[in-house]
Amino acid sequence: MRTINAGAITDVVAKICLEANIKAPDDVLQAFKKSQETETSPAGLEILNQLLENVKLAGETGLPLCQDTGLAVFFVELGTDCRVEGDLYQAINDGVRQGYEKGYLRKSVCHPLTRKNTGDNTPAIIHLDLVPGDKIRIKFMAKGGGSENMSRATMLTPAQGWEGIKKFVVNRVAEAGPNPCPPTIVGVGIGGTFDHAPILAKKALFRPLDQKHSDPEIAAMEDELFAAINDLGIGPMGMGGNTTSLGVKIEMAPCHIASLPLAVNIQCHSARHKEVVI
Amino acid sequence: MSEPIRLSTPLKDEDIAGLKTGDKVLLSGKIYTARDAAHKRLLADIDAGQKPPFELEGAVIYYVGPSPAPPGRPIGSAGPTTSYRMDTYAPRLHSMGVKASIGKGKRGDTVKDALQEFKGVYFGATGGAGALLSQRITSARILAYEDLGPEAIRELEVKDFPLLVVNDSFGGELYVKPRIK
Ligand code: SF4
Repeated sequence: MRTINAGAITDVVAKICLEANIKAPDDVLQAFKKSQETETSPAGLEILNQLLENVKLAGETGLPLCQDTGLAVFFVELGTDCRVEGDLYQAINDGVRQGYEKGYLRKSVCHPLTRKNTGDNTPAIIHLDLVPGDKIRIKFMAKGGGSENMSRATMLTPAQGWEGIKKFVVNRVAEAGPNPCPPTIVGVGIGGTFDHAPILAKKALFRPLDQKHSDPEIAAMEDELFAAINDLGIGPMGMGGNTTSLGVKIEMAPCHIASLPLAVNIQCHSARHKEVVI
Repeated sequence: MSEPIRLSTPLKDEDIAGLKTGDKVLLSGKIYTARDAAHKRLLADIDAGQKPPFELEGAVIYYVGPSPAPPGRPIGSAGPTTSYRMDTYAPRLHSMGVKASIGKGKRGDTVKDALQEFKGVYFGATGGAGALLSQRITSARILAYEDLGPEAIRELEVKDFPLLVVNDSFGGELYVKPRIK
């Protein structure tokens, strides 16, 4: 049994919150560059150029890529042979507090009705999974509100099947139009229960853009959705063009014989995420 | 794309009349930040008979909640937030003299109608380009509602702030209609 001090987790979390908000992940950067070569609309291309310039300026100035530095979302995989000394949830929240303060990142968490800001960007949303091994893997995402607001979950009937899924996902992206800051990454959760599908959709957003699903059938579904979404012609920031999305990622889970839960979690182009293993 | 049009605030009816959907604009002068909570309070205060914290006539409102200013900078990252949430308030503000708003994303019909009726425009700025847009802001100070943190009303001085006319005062709209099969 390996012991990890909660303080070490706090330090790591503070660091990744800060870094992720300032530096665009490599897979996203590569995807921007690739779309720059294929984008046919002049307005769309101009936006892509601005986004690349923005990445450069954020790096030079240390300013966050986007002013909405998001709600801090974590997927934590805790090894069963690993013991955290102290309170894991508190350690993560302390890290968020420190990282957001130190990095001059915006605090965007508030009471849902009074709208009073908690002032330190906590509480974070933390999903915890137990996995084999003696390590802890912490995946962080700064989830912006603009794209999150365009996400949806629904319960299809089993008869609607793949056609129903495809229609819902593509329509959702069409309906969202320019609002979620396209080019987006579209996370799709299929199956599970009403509450599980959106978690699958969010989890899907962590998969690197250049990594296909390990199941070739699901990978083919991802390709089909990707093509249909980019065919919509929405383009970067809704200005037209063929770069509406940088990738579609699906996660699937078995579900009840009566149900077909479906969720679409839209991630804007400012796809800030980072993971570390302790 | 065509050459940008240079404009300075406060905007006048003639400025608005010269703008068409798709025009590139470089805006300079003073603009005011406000988003959800600030709009709600601003209109409640006006209803209660208070004077607004800035001159509404000719004003440009920027829907932004900037990140905190690091030492040595006037402001942090400062890109637009999604505009439809302000649709409830925008027509009234246009009726009181506000000429333009800056944001990202689609506007509702009531806003588009108000732009025609009161001669206004809706500008789009590039969402997520917060670090880039921050470079065009030369000063920032809080005018009202400091307790709202990122949502406080700020006066910004901007120089050549890059915008696109999304909705003009003639009913035009820039966003493409998605092709649904
Ligand atoms: S949707 Fe994303 S890129 Fe757009 S403003 Fe929000 S966080 Fe920034």
